[in-house]
Amino acid sequence: MSERQRPGREQPRQHEQHEQHEQHEQHGNEDSAHVATTQTPLTGPGSAATSPVGNGAGTGTRFTRILGALTLVAMGVLALFALVISPPDVVQGETVRILYAHVGTVWVAYLAFVVTAVSSAAYLWKRTSSLTWDRIAGASAEIGVLFMAITLLTGSLWGRITWGTFWVWDARVTTTAFLFITYIGYLAVRGLGGTHQQRARRSAVVALLAVLEIPLVHFSVRIWRSVHQDASVATGNTDVKLDDTMLFTLLLATVAFSMLYVWYVLHRQRVLHLQDLLDDKGLDLALAERRSEGRPDASAAAPTTAASTPTATVSAASTVPTKDPVS
Amino acid sequence: MNDTASPASGSPASGSPASGSPAAASIWRTARLVAGKDLRIERRSRVIVNQVLPFASLVMVLFAFALDNDEVLQRTAPGLVWLATIFALLVVVQRAFAVETADGALDALRVAGVSPPGIFLGKSLALAVQLLVLELLLIGLAVVLYEATLTATGAVLLVTTLLPATTGLAFVGTLYGGLAAGARGRETLLPLLLFPVVAPVLIGATRATEAAFGVGHAAIDEGWPWVGMLLVFAALFGVGGTLAFGPLIEE
Repeated sequence: MSERQRPGREQPRQHEQHEQHEQHEQHGNEDSAHVATTQTPLTGPGSAATSPVGNGAGTGTRFTRILGALTLVAMGVLALFALVISPPDVVQGETVRILYAHVGTVWVAYLAFVVTAVSSAAYLWKRTSSLTWDRIAGASAEIGVLFMAITLLTGSLWGRITWGTFWVWDARVTTTAFLFITYIGYLAVRGLGGTHQQRARRSAVVALLAVLEIPLVHFSVRIWRSVHQDASVATGNTDVKLDDTMLFTLLLATVAFSMLYVWYVLHRQRVLHLQDLLDDKGLDLALAERRSEGRPDASAAAPTTAASTPTATVSAASTVPTKDPVS
Repeated sequence: MNDTASPASGSPASGSPASGSPAAASIWRTARLVAGKDLRIERRSRVIVNQVLPFASLVMVLFAFALDNDEVLQRTAPGLVWLATIFALLVVVQRAFAVETADGALDALRVAGVSPPGIFLGKSLALAVQLLVLELLLIGLAVVLYEATLTATGAVLLVTTLLPATTGLAFVGTLYGGLAAGARGRETLLPLLLFPVVAPVLIGATRATEAAFGVGHAAIDEGWPWVGMLLVFAALFGVGGTLAFGPLIEE
């Protein structure tokens, strides 16, 4: 098992480098030069999926490879539309282009947290209980936190330019920030340790409590600052009569980022699975080592001092040579 | 609350009769016993009285040092009271579960087949009693130090605010305290999990207390909707905690 995993881990790395060069060239041909600045870091790992990893040793499958390639294309087209083709806004000017990234990432972040909640519930429900649900929840929360950070960053930059302030105590903005902090806590709970089942149950409960918490936070902040209720980020300053190209770009952003999300979750979930396997493997190995330590001791239990030298050379672990032979 | 507690008790409660109402009765009995135990520990050790109450009072004094303006203090008194409460909540919750984890007491309760909803409600009850004492002290300090004023109708609103707010804080504190206690030695996680959740209580209780103190020309009537919100909060986390506490500590 470990022999198979080892080459599997190194193989995609080689392919990744190889493929990344190719993708960079493709980007260069497809779009204008400045497109690559923001998009390539995100889609860069995507090339790992498109790499033809032999005998299924990596985390890529045919589906994720195709999805990865499509995501890359969608991101390229999105960059083209968002930065070049779509017109500047009448009111906001060029700053409207930030919103394409903002709306796309906030959509993905909320989607990710909904997926986390649903798969946590699926884990806790006895009939569908499986660690796969737990891993999907974890993978989804990770990308949710990442995209929420991008959302908050782009939002505050846009707000600084448009509203003249980085932060507004708007209900939606504040709830989003709370969601961000809450899921950072969720990820911390996942890292607490214990068995896989312990981790899964604990984090699933926390994820479901977040579902309870977030509406309350939103509700209370909304009454708290009812003044700002109208100044919502999504619809406040953009005209109701959106330009067709702009609307298309927004939709495209949503689709492209969603594809990236699905691709990432699939891969991350598989990596988490491998990590769990590795943990189990490590535990088995440690147990086996302990057993092999104990056995020579147990067989030569009577002459304790005389037998200690051969056991030390066999097990190569001189730390506890006279370990109790219970195991 | 009775309706929600009985289905939860169905699966984990061992040793209790299968039918609905006796199970609920046994949960309440467990809750009373656990709460009595916690309060007895406090009466004998006096950790909250000798350490947490002085700490919370100190926080109130430190607020005065930081803000350094009588008018500002009077204006912000309600918020400071609840802020100090939430800081102290952290300490009280950690104390409540330090008692449980010290000698593996929580594990012992679990192994003994004590129903988790009963433990949850009992610990929440004890926590609520301790918090209530703390809040009364802090409000007294706000009157003395920050010149907060309290009329008779304001006092009615204030007491009505205290009850659901304290219950909500106690439920949330017990829930996340149990979670952090399950993961030994990771108390640093507790504030990160706890503070976002109690934010609605901070907002609601502060606004209601502002109305009770008459701060910033706030009328008494403005406080009542917030009391409703606090009630919703307490009810939701009471139900959620009763259901979730079992899976959290059963490991």
